Amino acid sequence: MLEIRNITKQFGGFVAVNNVSLSIPAGTTHAVIGPNGAGKTTLFNLASGSVTADQGTVSFEGRKIERMAPHDIVKIGMARSFQRVNIFPRQTVFENVQVPLIVGAGAHLNPFRRSAGTHHDRVMELLEMVALADDAHRRAGELAHGRQKQLELAVALASNPKMLLLDEPTAGMSIAETKMSIRLINDIVRKNNLTLLFTEHDMNVVFDIASAVTVLHHGEVIAQGAPHEVRGNEEVRRVYLGKH
Amino acid sequence: MCTPWQTRFLLAFFAVIAALPLLGMPHLMDRGVQILILCLFALSLNVLTGQIGSVSFGHAAFYAIGGYACVILMTRLGAPLWVAMPAAIALGALCALVIGYFCVRLNDIYFAMLTLAFSMLVWAIAHKWKDVTGGGDGFVGAKIPDLLRDRTAMFWFTFAVVGLCTFALRMLSNSTMGRTFIAIRENATRAAFIGVNVRRMRLLAFVIAGAFGAVAGSLMSLYIHGMFPESAFWSESGRVMIVVLLGGMHAFIGPIVGAIVLFLLEVSTAKHFEYWPFVLGLILLAIVMIAPEGLVARLASLRTRGLPRQESGHA
Repeated sequence: MLEIRNITKQFGGFVAVNNVSLSIPAGTTHAVIGPNGAGKTTLFNLASGSVTADQGTVSFEGRKIERMAPHDIVKIGMARSFQRVNIFPRQTVFENVQVPLIVGAGAHLNPFRRSAGTHHDRVMELLEMVALADDAHRRAGELAHGRQKQLELAVALASNPKMLLLDEPTAGMSIAETKMSIRLINDIVRKNNLTLLFTEHDMNVVFDIASAVTVLHHGEVIAQGAPHEVRGNEEVRRVYLGKH
Repeated sequence: MCTPWQTRFLLAFFAVIAALPLLGMPHLMDRGVQILILCLFALSLNVLTGQIGSVSFGHAAFYAIGGYACVILMTRLGAPLWVAMPAAIALGALCALVIGYFCVRLNDIYFAMLTLAFSMLVWAIAHKWKDVTGGGDGFVGAKIPDLLRDRTAMFWFTFAVVGLCTFALRMLSNSTMGRTFIAIRENATRAAFIGVNVRRMRLLAFVIAGAFGAVAGSLMSLYIHGMFPESAFWSESGRVMIVVLLGGMHAFIGPIVGAIVLFLLEVSTAKHFEYWPFVLGLILLAIVMIAPEGLVARLASLRTRGLPRQESGHA
């Protein structure tokens, strides 16, 4: 579904991502791991249109997307979340999820349709999914960090994507929150038949849900394959697991 | 968004204005016309400043374009009002499309500076293109339909146009489009990643604001039977920005409250003090210190006093 081929990105003289290739078949769950500064977020930004590649291509369902604007990439079915929480903090939880539905239906160009109550049922359904229905009318900025991350997941799902890109979905969470969150993500991905690409720094989280793992180190792929293969890889143990 | 209590305020405001002719004092009708035009001008700016979050310092350009176009079309080409006014509004929208095309590429202070530069360009054209605009003396002695030369008729015409436009802008503010504007104001990056073409939406807001600004300008030109280059000067853009900030840009009625307050302050200080701009400045300073987010936000927070204050900000 997503094909990244020989992609390279430099910032100044620093090579953040060097000749990385990645192939993610539909319906799979793919994790990108690596120490801080390995290039995970840059790879994500390249895949979602935030950053343009110096070299290489990205295609989604056969369409080249490496030069597409973020809003067009969303329209063809790829939604993403951010490592640092990125929501509409002064809007209510309800409105945060409502806006992507409005945009998805093309109603953001309609000055006549009342916004209040629009897509009410679908918003509540999505909030149920991430266990935030009771907080629908609170301001998003008031939620605890972990719940803001869940809200972000609901916002991403509201664009009705075929593929989800989650950048460190459990960053800043406690161990208990992380476990709950991973279970939630796993459930949602399976129920909605989504393809998932996510980055993570905690290896244990990865092995629970990923069907394939790519290990990045200094912007390069040092291992790729099924979780148990990657876990057994000597170099991975040396650069990454050795730290634990 | 225009909440129910704001809607009640709007109805009360228009009821009070509608009662002015009954008081039998002709100059009150003049004041009514001036306040109504200032309200519409500020409401149109707030589509940009308050709703989508682009602070324009050149909004007077569209006010001036609307005003000049309306009276020039009627006087020089003999166009009837029902042609001249819509044409003036269309020209305002078209100019906003062209100017906006360049401006929406920039953000924040750069956007503000570019809008300012374009408005000064409009001012320079109005000033120098003597044959058409009348130059520095302004365009005076416009051919106005006889009906609108009557004070009462002009009052009701302005009342109807501003009322209709306020209704339209209220609808926009409560619509799915308005909701998307607010999302862009709150977090443009996130808006792009839920599928919003942010630049195109900003251009759309710019054109809407320009069109309604041109309505306000054309009303003013009908009222004063002409137009002056100063109407495009940066200080006019600044004045309408003060109106918006005074009332509060995040509430629909903010610009109306700001217009009423500034207008009443200008009139009363000018009446009682020789150095009235000085006194006006002091009063505005005090208001801004008491209500930094505008008078409407201050009133709203008084209404909900006792509830915990909600802090905002990006995580």
